[in-house]
Amino acid sequence: MAKLFVLLVIILGVIALAQLMRVYELSSKLTEKKENEISNRDNRLNAKLMLGFMLFMFIGFIWLMLEYGWTGRGPAASVHGEQTDWLLNLNFVIVILVFFLTNALLFVFAWKYVKKPGVPAFFYPHNNKLEMVWTVIPAIVLAVIIILGLQSWNEVTDEAEDKAIRVELFSYQFDWKARYAGEDNKLAKYDYKLTDEGANPLALMTTETIDKAIELMTTGPNGIEDMETKLNDPKLVFSEKMRTEMEERLARKEQLIRLLHQMKARNTGKWDERAMDDFIADTLFLCKGENYELTFRSKDVIHSAYIPHLRTQMNTVPGAITRFKVTPSMTTQEMREIKNDENFNFILMCNKICGGAHYNMNMMVMVLDKPEYDKWFKGEWQEIDGKKRLMKRGKIHEETFAHTYYKEDPTKTYPEMQAEKAAAEAEAEGEEMEGEDNAEGQEAEEPEA
Amino acid sequence: MGAVAHEAHGHHDDHGHHEESFVSKYIFSQDHKMIGKQFLMTAVFMGVVAMLLSILFRIQLAWPGEESEFLSFFLGSEWAPNGVLSEDMYLGLVTIHGTIMVFFLLTGGLSGTFSNLLIPLQVGARDMASGFLNMLSYWFFFISSVLMFVSLFVETGPAMAGWTIYPPLSALPTAVQGSGMGMTLWLFSMSIFIASSLIGSLNYIVTVLNLRTKGMSMTRLPLTIWAFFVTAILGVLSFPVLLSAAVLLMMDRMAGTSFYLSDIIVQGEMLTQHGGSPLLYQHLFWFLGHPEVYIVLLPALGLSSEIISTNSRKPIFGYRAMIGSILAIGFLSFIVWGHHMFVTGMNPFLGSVFVFTTLLIAIPSAVKVFNYITTLWKGSIVYTPAMLFAIGLVSTFITGGVTGIILADSALDIAIHDTYFVVAHFHIVMGMSAVLGMFAGVYHWFPKMYGRMLNTRLGYAHFWITLVGAYGVFFPMHFVGLAGAPRRYYDYSVYESFDGNALEMMMDLNVIITIFAIIAAFGQILFLFNFFYSIFRGPKAPQNPWRSNTLEWTTPVEHIHGNWPGELPTVHRWPYDYSKPGQEEDFVPQDVPLAEGEEEH
Ligand code: HEM
Ligand SMILES: [Cu+2]
Ligand SMILES: [Cu+2]
Repeated sequence: MAKLFVLLVIILGVIALAQLMRVYELSSKLTEKKENEISNRDNRLNAKLMLGFMLFMFIGFIWLMLEYGWTGRGPAASVHGEQTDWLLNLNFVIVILVFFLTNALLFVFAWKYVKKPGVPAFFYPHNNKLEMVWTVIPAIVLAVIIILGLQSWNEVTDEAEDKAIRVELFSYQFDWKARYAGEDNKLAKYDYKLTDEGANPLALMTTETIDKAIELMTTGPNGIEDMETKLNDPKLVFSEKMRTEMEERLARKEQLIRLLHQMKARNTGKWDERAMDDFIADTLFLCKGENYELTFRSKDVIHSAYIPHLRTQMNTVPGAITRFKVTPSMTTQEMREIKNDENFNFILMCNKICGGAHYNMNMMVMVLDKPEYDKWFKGEWQEIDGKKRLMKRGKIHEETFAHTYYKEDPTKTYPEMQAEKAAAEAEAEGEEMEGEDNAEGQEAEEPEA
Repeated sequence: MGAVAHEAHGHHDDHGHHEESFVSKYIFSQDHKMIGKQFLMTAVFMGVVAMLLSILFRIQLAWPGEESEFLSFFLGSEWAPNGVLSEDMYLGLVTIHGTIMVFFLLTGGLSGTFSNLLIPLQVGARDMASGFLNMLSYWFFFISSVLMFVSLFVETGPAMAGWTIYPPLSALPTAVQGSGMGMTLWLFSMSIFIASSLIGSLNYIVTVLNLRTKGMSMTRLPLTIWAFFVTAILGVLSFPVLLSAAVLLMMDRMAGTSFYLSDIIVQGEMLTQHGGSPLLYQHLFWFLGHPEVYIVLLPALGLSSEIISTNSRKPIFGYRAMIGSILAIGFLSFIVWGHHMFVTGMNPFLGSVFVFTTLLIAIPSAVKVFNYITTLWKGSIVYTPAMLFAIGLVSTFITGGVTGIILADSALDIAIHDTYFVVAHFHIVMGMSAVLGMFAGVYHWFPKMYGRMLNTRLGYAHFWITLVGAYGVFFPMHFVGLAGAPRRYYDYSVYESFDGNALEMMMDLNVIITIFAIIAAFGQILFLFNFFYSIFRGPKAPQNPWRSNTLEWTTPVEHIHGNWPGELPTVHRWPYDYSKPGQEEDFVPQDVPLAEGEEEH
């Protein structure tokens, strides 16, 4: 019904327009008006509209500025961000001046020099001096902009100091994880082939994860053996398409398993230690005043880590590592006070188109002051946002990877936990010795590379 | 060659007589004027489609999640269940909107229409160097338009990776459904489009270089021709690179190569590709992508140079500087592509180089603007609709250009890259400028194309609605962007969870933007009506309606094969002798010999 109505209105509108045109044509035939001869009245009308439009544009712009300002996201909350804002404001002053000046010249001339009967135009083909002026002045202004901009750029993109805290941001459709390097401040090595969605989602590389990945790939569900059985099972009937698809997948797995075996052969175990204390969080906790070296990774497609309030942005690229250094200069709490909004939070948003839920791919960023941050880093419970929270900290490297991130006793420090673990192992070994002797035989059974 | 053959005919005066079949006249025409009109028609259709798409997704942005009959009417229950646009289709619409606007409306449409129409007419040639290749160029364009349009109706949706189709997203059908059949069609369509553009451009270049009439030296060419000429060169040098990018992408998609892919796990499936680089694609893409901006813009600037000079009744100020700046812009446009990649992980030093080269482009651009303004100064301005649009173009070129200075500054780009600030910037400087320039061209040369006049009053209304609409849409977007709103977002509900105030402001502005967009879209109905009505019923055009100097106005109103009934005109002066002191009329066409003692400019 509504569709019909809309259609009707449009059709009637077109007919009305056509009729109006006819009337206009007839009347202009009577007055012998030609389409290409613009009357003085029309000229003057448009000239005035030019001026009117300029006012509309300028007033609109000023209104928007007053209403929304150019820092709709509030002051910068990072050290380099403050500099960015300073530079941004400087540039804006220049740009806005140019915007007003040149637009004003354009529209005022358009209004002023409208055709006046009897006044000829002024034949003025060129003036080298003038042209020189408006080549040189922009060049000078731009030189200033370039120099200041590059200075700032060099500082921002410079390498972080060694002490800077290492945090890795890991992106995938459609979420983020933050990986902290832990006490040693060294991020563990990784390889995407070691990914185990349950136990090792960030694909960290240790002797154990390599073994586990090989096992999964060979005997796990939809592993090589599994697929071979399925493909050879005469009772199962697959469509042509499905069969080729499965064969392709199998071929991929066979290629990957070779690479995994190579990895295992090369592995000396020296990476294990680093992985021991890495931990993962799904909120990015930062400490005010500390220097951070953020590195970025992607599992599938390009994403981008955009933290508007920290004036920070960097793409995450599959197959490569990108980096960005940042020093928060304001805690979340401080920003809440400035914004006068108890519910305000910093946020990291995905800012590179990455699929359907791109708009919904984000992560909270919480900037704490030093005491609070330390507590969190050690894994102590604390009140944040009125809730008791332990921000999902835990050790990664455990025999049973699944469930371990969050189950660890948060009150213990890393060395304490190490010691406990060693003790437990010693005990278990003792028990095993008593039980069976063939454990060693199994261990020696190396898969062929 | 073609021209020589026609020249021989010219004397027999048989052009009007020999019967042409409908097919060879209107469909497989090899006449540049008809081909120009074919380009225009196709582009108008594609432009309407792209505009409609933008209205569809603007509705979602202004009133997220609200049911809309309009949406379900156009998209059905598949893509707009219960009248709410689906997430995937949102991206599909944005992607196809951008692609059509940039390539089909403003590259094929603008350059295709006016280069074809004007190059032979303004340089004084009987036709393009090769009429056959010219025809081929149009039909390739047509096929690619059809493919792109059809991709909207594919079951898994059109391409959804943005108009820049960055891999891996565009390479992996499992990452987003539009990267299946939709992306395949996109790639084929664009490959054919590139072929069309290349054939066309080569033809334009050859025609300008070889078929200028007697006396038409390069420094007597109208600025339109200079603009088309440089545009064609840019196209020839940059489009093949896009083609190579597309071919490599096809291989990654179909042959399992790893040019752009490395270490990927998508939807739980571990891929074996290793060692490729998504950045490689971006370099290749933007090596075309940035010159593309000028491929879109230069013709519009060329058209408006001619229109502003004619209707100010003054020579264009600084003719040589204008040529110089076209050349400088053309050259620089090849060494700035990295400004799209400041935050991609590209080496920061490389970034610095691109900052430098990019900001250099501002200089010739500023020269152009000041020259336009000085052309108006002490003019005797006649407000034809074309003149209005041309002035509108200068305004948007300024307004959009200045924000480019901020985006080109890598240190600042970090904070606003890929936000709505960028969307505002490129729509104003590239989108609006080129669209206004294209309208200016249509209003100015409509009499030449169809032998009839457009209605002036409707033209005025169309212009003012369009200009107000354009600023109303794209000005507030700056502020949305400065508040930190990322682009290509289906909705901004995420703000609810962390900054309610910003969300409120954004929603205010989004509603304003959408309302202006709808107004502007309705304004285009005036144009469409005027256009189609006048083709058939407009008053007959006089030979030189705007009292202009260039050669096309010395041809008869009725189109004839070979353009001039007799000999080709001889050129004696530059095209901008408007209001020259000592002349009777306030214009002196290029084929008028210098009077005794008269100095050439
Ligand atoms: C009715 C007028 C128009 C409206 C309301 C409009 C609106 C929009 C909006 C809202 C977006 C989405 C931005 C994003 O989410 O990233 C967009 C994208 C885009 N538009 Fe327009 N636009 C219009 C005309 C044009 C014109 C004339 C051009 C020609 C250059 C153009 C070129 C583009 C491009 C290249 C994109 C980017 C697509 C992408 O992100 O992949 N638009 N437009
Ligand atoms: Cu993402
Ligand atoms: Cu660019």
